[in-house]
Amino acid sequence: MPRVWGPLLITQMRRLGVDSIPISLFLAVFTGIVLALLASNIFTGAVPLYFVGALVAKTIMMELGPVLTGMALAGRVGANIAAELGTMKVTEQIDALETLAIDVHAYLVVPRVVAATLMFPVVTAMAVAVGVVSGWITATSLLDLSTPEFFKGVRQFYHFKDVWFGLLKSASFGCAIAIMGSLTGLRTQGGAEGVGRATTRAVVLGCEAILVLDAFWALILL
Amino acid sequence: MIRFSSVEKRFGSKTVLDGFSLDIPDGRTTVLLGYSGSGKSVMLKHIVGLLDPDEGTVEVDDQIVHELDRDALATLRGTIGYVFQFAALFDSMTVAENIRLALENRRLDEDAIVARVDESLQLVDLSDAGDRYPAELSGGMKKRVGIARAIALRPRYILYDEPTTGLDPVTAAIMDELMVRTKRELGVTGVVVTHDMRSAFTVGDRIAMLYQGRVRQVGSVEEIKATDDPVVRQFIEGRATLT
Repeated sequence: MPRVWGPLLITQMRRLGVDSIPISLFLAVFTGIVLALLASNIFTGAVPLYFVGALVAKTIMMELGPVLTGMALAGRVGANIAAELGTMKVTEQIDALETLAIDVHAYLVVPRVVAATLMFPVVTAMAVAVGVVSGWITATSLLDLSTPEFFKGVRQFYHFKDVWFGLLKSASFGCAIAIMGSLTGLRTQGGAEGVGRATTRAVVLGCEAILVLDAFWALILL
Repeated sequence: MIRFSSVEKRFGSKTVLDGFSLDIPDGRTTVLLGYSGSGKSVMLKHIVGLLDPDEGTVEVDDQIVHELDRDALATLRGTIGYVFQFAALFDSMTVAENIRLALENRRLDEDAIVARVDESLQLVDLSDAGDRYPAELSGGMKKRVGIARAIALRPRYILYDEPTTGLDPVTAAIMDELMVRTKRELGVTGVVVTHDMRSAFTVGDRIAMLYQGRVRQVGSVEEIKATDDPVVRQFIEGRATLT
């Protein structure tokens, strides 16, 4: 089976992963800014301000980085897969593959699912890094907080588990989004309207899967 | 040989095939006539296992298609070329890549694949179109590429789904000539689904009429032309009423 999907994997990793980096980093920048400002607003007077660093890093690594990136990519990647496969379905290209004795799942679904599972953690890791840097720049430029204080907060509550927990979640999100997109795409019926319905459904199911998986991993690993 | 035995197929409450039986002999081209929406394409899809019958059986070379396991079905599909109504070309690939894809699973070496692609394009008079994308082709050219892709595997059977629908008369005549040439040069058994009478009489050795889910009449071109069945006569003469 790898003979079928192997050569397609790199293409899908670029399309689903690399091409998703800009939107993910855009989200991360503003998430970092808002988190830093929100933390300083909450902590005013009650908690030392260097806790801003802890909150920004911890929250982005464990929750907002994976989940917000996942939600954005549920729209971008899930919709992309469903629309592409849905269009292939209604134009009989899927039937054509089958008549050529090509395994549709090995040829179309597996490379997308593997690519999303491998690339979501990479994109999320970049988003986390950018989000923390964004929070740091916000804290040092808009709040009364120095760089050493910010990173004192980051270090004080950091555990390696924060990193792998977030990346593991994002891998599961990628897998779920690609499966939802593929299945809804392959079940498309009814022309352009059907493709629209499948695309919407893929995004909704992808977002729901993210929320369920997020709760699942929290219950299992925290 | 392809054999339909009392095939029934329903979609929801609509019965499309209702006791459909037909033998399609080897080495000849059998044309299935019928009104739009009468189930002609549904019948074709049963031959390659894209659809399974609700009742009855479809046999290809004495194998019951819907009982085959995945590997056996893939092997069977390798012996059948399918030309889709709207060509169903992979639009992200060039013409040559469309044909290559059919061959890459066949453990052929690179030279053999390139030769087979060139040969298939030559047979449909599109030798210079290999680098073009489907979006750059006319409707007739797309259908010819569909034939090239179908014959690239050197199938024993070719199924044509409405091969001349939507084409101008000249292009339709070219398609007819191509189907006749394909049969002559490759010796394949053809199954053509159409409601184009001129095409049916040009390419068909045998003609069957599908009506209300079953075969109304089957016979040679001459027999069909001379039929006194009012339903078949109405269809071949293109009259609005039976009388």
